[in-house]
Amino acid sequence: MIFDFFAKLTGSEILASIISALLPLFLFILPFALIAVLLERKVSAHMQDRLGPMRVGYHGLLQTIADILKLIQKEDIVADSNDKTLFNIAPLLVFAGSYAAFAAIPFTSSYIGSNINLGLFFIIGISGIVVIGILMAGWASNNKYTLLGAMRCVAQMISFEIPTLMVVVTILMVTGTLNLNELTEIQSGFFWNWMIFGGAVPGIAKILLIPFMIIAFGVIYISTLAEVNRTPFDIPEAESELVSGYHTEYSGMKFAMFYLAEYANMFAVSAIVVILFFGGYQSPVGYLGNSIGLHWLIPIEQLFWFTFKGVGFVLLQMWLRWTLPRLRVDQLMAVCWKYLIPIAFVNLLIVGLITLI
Amino acid sequence: MALNTEEMTLNMGPQHPSTHGVLRLELRLDGEFIVDVKSHIGYLHRCFEKHAEAMTYPQVVPYTDRMDYLASMYNEFGYALTVEKLLGLEIPERVEFIRVIMGELQRIASHLVALGTYGADIGAVTPFLFCFRDREKILSLFEMTSGARLLYNYIWVGGVARDLPPDFLRLTKEFVEYFKPKIKELNDLLSFNKIFIDRTANIGILPKDVAVNYGITGPMLRASGMKWDLRKDDTYSVYNKFDFDIPVGDGRMGTVGDSWDRYYVRILEMEQSLRIIEQAVEQIPDGDVSSAIPRRIKPPVGQVYGRVENPRGELGYFIVSDGSVNPKRIKVRGPSFVNLAIFGELCKGHMIADVIAILGSIDIVLGEVDR
Repeated sequence: MIFDFFAKLTGSEILASIISALLPLFLFILPFALIAVLLERKVSAHMQDRLGPMRVGYHGLLQTIADILKLIQKEDIVADSNDKTLFNIAPLLVFAGSYAAFAAIPFTSSYIGSNINLGLFFIIGISGIVVIGILMAGWASNNKYTLLGAMRCVAQMISFEIPTLMVVVTILMVTGTLNLNELTEIQSGFFWNWMIFGGAVPGIAKILLIPFMIIAFGVIYISTLAEVNRTPFDIPEAESELVSGYHTEYSGMKFAMFYLAEYANMFAVSAIVVILFFGGYQSPVGYLGNSIGLHWLIPIEQLFWFTFKGVGFVLLQMWLRWTLPRLRVDQLMAVCWKYLIPIAFVNLLIVGLITLI
Repeated sequence: MALNTEEMTLNMGPQHPSTHGVLRLELRLDGEFIVDVKSHIGYLHRCFEKHAEAMTYPQVVPYTDRMDYLASMYNEFGYALTVEKLLGLEIPERVEFIRVIMGELQRIASHLVALGTYGADIGAVTPFLFCFRDREKILSLFEMTSGARLLYNYIWVGGVARDLPPDFLRLTKEFVEYFKPKIKELNDLLSFNKIFIDRTANIGILPKDVAVNYGITGPMLRASGMKWDLRKDDTYSVYNKFDFDIPVGDGRMGTVGDSWDRYYVRILEMEQSLRIIEQAVEQIPDGDVSSAIPRRIKPPVGQVYGRVENPRGELGYFIVSDGSVNPKRIKVRGPSFVNLAIFGELCKGHMIADVIAILGSIDIVLGEVDR
């Protein structure tokens, strides 16, 4: 494990845990956000018969870097009427909340930033900070549009946490662990051991679990879409109504922080879905490293599979975003309270009964 | 415990992505619900009517372009028809056919903007770009004819500025063939999308009698179930030579006269426009297009009201002539301006997101509201 390695290297456990928790931020998520922003623009452009960014670098590959450079140079505007303390803290909270989630996500079997037993709970809890940050941003901007956006966003995120948690509990009942690393290890072997196919449960229960696991996956995918405010649930930002929601008043680097946090969040929720239902970093067909005897190859393969699956879901989010219109705020709440929560609850009961068999 | 609540006043526009220009809306909100909407107009006022008094009759044509800048051809069309009515001019048939082809292409182009931006208002950005891609093709046709892509100055009093370029009819036919399947694509992508229907059906219902009382015209009136189209009911130019239907709203997804009907009537109208263009391209006679253009327009003393079915409704010109080369007075009855009047009425009781949906379905062009 990476933590032990750093503990030996630095001789201090606190230092080791800080380093190992921070590493994914710099090695993986920041570069990912840069690529994802470009990817989104390219995907949307090609869906819309356009070319997208073409000028900066080959086919616009450096566009995001140019954007970030531009944002760094921009004036950091804080209006007189803003509540300055809250206004300045808000983007940090959103940024930190989004990125902290990655500390508990296992990228490979030998790399997990912080291997805590309640990993899944930690991620859901730390994501709660994002809600506060958004509300702060909306309130401190002292602007009616941002306030409306923030209110919508908070209502939406809190509502959709309920079906998410119910699905998490469903998984918890089957696997008996909230440690993301263990959760992934349970799903090792071939792809039929993934939770979406009933997990590595023996006997008839596995067959019975499959349809309910698919329903649970549907519920959590829809609610995570809503939690990261992507279309069709992007009403907090609804640019046609609220200009750009809670971050209307932000400029420069603070705006970039919201922006990067959004893309980090996209990957974070995809990663959670992948870990819960699609075997996390497990390969669907076994490892090349095992068959040719090069065991150091396995983590690299695992990282590849994890990124592959995660990016797959990110692409799905983008596809949805550029295809679907946006729901209205009351319809969104109806989706959550009238459909997702009852479905998730009944699903939870049935899965509970099946695990008793 | 009774909570102390208060209404919030929200200013939307003139700089706002969905007010379709520089409309300013003053919303009084109870939470997310609309208590009252006041629209403030005039940010794009350019004194068209006063300007026109200082111009000679032909000089007014480019100014009419700048009213409804998404349907410039039709503005010129209406103006030319009205002045010709005042003069009692005979127009060569080829000119009339050219005007009808241009007018119907313009109607499709204008509806494409309306439908595309409506999709974008609801949150679907992709149909918007698809619509603009197809509109580009029409603009290219206009460009090869008139040299301009937005403000054409093509239809003149007594004729058109120049004859059609040699390839025009072939390219127009090609466009019609190209565009027919694209309507289906738009329907699949947007019109019958469940979310889109949820957002627009039963929103901003405009009953027929209210629509008539407010003087609503165009697709908005027809969506309320009233079969009223000046091309058929007060026919002008050569529209009586073509076979086409007038689509009306039937409340398929909700109630007659809701936003979805207003949206869908425009799609059906594009299909009818394609039919007219097809027939016109087949039947267009040869001839000279500039023979009837008068060298000096000096109408007799009198007044005239001419009206045409603009993509947005009844576009009327009321011209008073004092016998000089300048019009004494030109009054324009703009369809967007009249249609906008009912906006506040439609919004009451709906939510903020619906305001955008309703405004988009009215399809205003601020250039013409303010003139």
